[in-house]
Amino acid sequence: MFRLEARTSTPAWFNLALPLLAIAATLVLCSGLIALAGAGVFESYGVMFAASLGDSYAITETLVRAAPMIFTGLAVAVAFRAKFWNIGAEGQLLAGAVASCFVGAIPMPGPLAMLLMALAGAAAGAAVALVPATLRVKFKVDDVVSSLLLNSVIYYALMALIEGPWKDSFSGYPISPPIEDSANFPVLIEGTRLHLGVIAALVAAPLIWFLIVRTTLGFRIRVTGENPEAARYGGIHVQRVLLSTALLSGALAGLAGVGEVGGVHFQVMSDISPGYGYSGIVVAMLARLNPLGVVPAAIFLAAVMTGAEAMSRATGVPAFLSDVIQGTALLAMLVALLFTAYRIRRVGAVQ
Amino acid sequence: MPTPAPLIEMRGITKSFGAVKANEAVDLSVAPGEILGLLGENGAGKTTLMNVLFGAYAPDAGEILIQGQPARISSSADALAAGIGMVHQHFHLAARLTVLENLLIGIPGKSGRIDRAGGLARLAEISRQHGLTLDPSLPVSALSVGEQQRLEIVKALFRGARLLILDEPTAVLAPSEVDGLFSALRSMAAQGLGIIFISHKLNEVRALTHRCTVLRHGRVAGRVDDPANTTSAAMAELMCGHEIVPPARGPSTPGEAVLALDGISTSKHSGTTLRHISLVVRAGEILGIAGVSGNGQRALAEVISGVRAPDAGRMTIAGQNVSRFSPREVQALGLGRIPEDRMTTGLVTNLPLADSMVLPRIGTAAFSARGLLKPDAIRAFAEEQIKAYDIRCPGPMTRAGALSGGNLQKALLARELAFDPKVLIVSQPTRGLDIGAARFIHEKFLDMRAKGCGIIVIGEDLEELLVLCDRIAVMYEGHIAGTLDSADATVARLGLLMTGVEGRG
Repeated sequence: MFRLEARTSTPAWFNLALPLLAIAATLVLCSGLIALAGAGVFESYGVMFAASLGDSYAITETLVRAAPMIFTGLAVAVAFRAKFWNIGAEGQLLAGAVASCFVGAIPMPGPLAMLLMALAGAAAGAAVALVPATLRVKFKVDDVVSSLLLNSVIYYALMALIEGPWKDSFSGYPISPPIEDSANFPVLIEGTRLHLGVIAALVAAPLIWFLIVRTTLGFRIRVTGENPEAARYGGIHVQRVLLSTALLSGALAGLAGVGEVGGVHFQVMSDISPGYGYSGIVVAMLARLNPLGVVPAAIFLAAVMTGAEAMSRATGVPAFLSDVIQGTALLAMLVALLFTAYRIRRVGAVQ
Repeated sequence: MPTPAPLIEMRGITKSFGAVKANEAVDLSVAPGEILGLLGENGAGKTTLMNVLFGAYAPDAGEILIQGQPARISSSADALAAGIGMVHQHFHLAARLTVLENLLIGIPGKSGRIDRAGGLARLAEISRQHGLTLDPSLPVSALSVGEQQRLEIVKALFRGARLLILDEPTAVLAPSEVDGLFSALRSMAAQGLGIIFISHKLNEVRALTHRCTVLRHGRVAGRVDDPANTTSAAMAELMCGHEIVPPARGPSTPGEAVLALDGISTSKHSGTTLRHISLVVRAGEILGIAGVSGNGQRALAEVISGVRAPDAGRMTIAGQNVSRFSPREVQALGLGRIPEDRMTTGLVTNLPLADSMVLPRIGTAAFSARGLLKPDAIRAFAEEQIKAYDIRCPGPMTRAGALSGGNLQKALLARELAFDPKVLIVSQPTRGLDIGAARFIHEKFLDMRAKGCGIIVIGEDLEELLVLCDRIAVMYEGHIAGTLDSADATVARLGLLMTGVEGRG
């Protein structure tokens, strides 16, 4: 017989070991599905690895895919630190994409356009995140539900836009007009898609880490998240902290959309995000809400996504495996987190 | 009360957490009809031992015998089945369900239906036997703390407990309620139940128990066979390992009013409303606020701390009107506060201790500049206070929740006193603390009083208030029922005011 017993302290190396354990468990669990699909487990994972991290081009492709998830992962990590349950990064990303596309289509010098696109996208994401936060602060509306449902509202608003006023009158496709060529984010390595937005994402992670760990706002976010009552008694304006957190979180998610418009698609279409907002939740949890951990976690998920497509072509295992791996990784991480609070003990040692 | 066959016997119980031995070779037994006192300072291993008995922890070594038979208790269900019931300090009740429904939780009914009639009959029988009356149809949320405790006891008896463990049951009760609890416990013992009574209050232990086991550093430090005729000092010495002298409060030389409340009222938000509270605290005096919990003390502390704005009346600190000030603003004027509930309103248990220690002043120049934290200053402050107050912990980066109650209280005290408050408001300053820690806290208050700080102590332990305070005001149903000089005050007189029997004094 085994039982769980509360831990008095958590060793520091758990922070690194737990995500690795969760990922290992995920790969083992998913190998069953690969075998079921009739392919070799090692061969399939090998193809996945080669196609995502095997050469320098593959690495740039993985980084391009990781960039939006770094932003949404940071958005979720910041929000969850304050226990503002922002499940709406997807909608905030879409709002950011639409706003930046709108700005990017206006002719103006390139650097100015990029700056304004970023500002507009961040503002749009922040505005969307403010809705569930305000509802929670003013009317005690559950933020999980409101932020989640808002994703559909934003998505269908986007659809209405690209099926209506933005519809390409020439081709008839439901896509927005492209942004100006001068507003396209510069590519950093010739022959790849590695754009400026990827660097922005990699820089954002340490900045957000600094904000959380070294600023008074970060302190207030952490304290509010861990114990709002103690925060209130300690003179922290809890509602204001929640609203600030929502603005920051929404802005980060909005920037994910900006990067997709400015660096990858140059316009808005219905499938501009394959669920990067939701993947952000997995990323943030794998990172244990540490902004620095968000980068490797996002790269892992991006590698799974790019790798799964190549694996599908090479071995016939459906690319949906990528979604299964993501979901399994989240569940495995949630189970792994149990070990931070509990240890497993064998009972029956009483003699 | 010597009885041959113990109801329950624990032999050589050893339990370690990492390198810490919480219990080492502890023996303990309770006979039918016996009330055993379990004494010890915080961290002496009382809670661990009871958790082993109740099945929450598996011991590393040792055995438990129930009526002479070795028993394996590895869950609370096992413990209940073995006839062991526990009344925790924090009650485990479903607030929205009624008294009867709470009793019937987990009790198999007749063919899938809840047996209400059977439950009612059994409740009536238990109530009659021990004088534990409860209205079965009331929801738990409508019960007073004392009634909730009564329900916990009835719940244990309802499940057929033959041994009842009570963890500091009197901490939440008014003096009159304590008498009721004691007579119920005596009645249960008279009918052959065994009772383990955990308390810090030695006078209660002496009044109630037949025998005591004293723990220190996880081991049995001694046993007291005749508590009624043993002095509190002797028992305290067994607990601490050295003599304890109560602090002496010198004559008071109060100065000017540092805090004044004039006709403070609150309309009904949540909890008790305050009705025309007027009181004055002068520099260099300790004012006690006595009262049964739930008579507005919490609201009063919140108003003074700036957490709750009064709806009428005026509050001044050193003459300045602060009725509408935020917590940060009153604090900037020199108000220090130690909240009632360390874990929920004082500290952030999941973050490093240092964070909790700077929490109220994080925005001040001492700990931050232009929105950036000064991590070195924060750490240095925490380290300094840890040293000055002898807070036992591995360091300032330890998770606050890992510290014991006494050390947490010291940390809260340190964080307020480090900034030389003009007014200090403390709620239940020594609740759950052992004698040594309580003594330390009392001394600090007297030091602050000598330095000219005005202190308000909200408490339920009248003996403590009488030792500590210059004057004692009694709260009853949201107003001040009377204020006594502690020279004129007695437990009996305060008790009358607390229950609303005596009017304004």
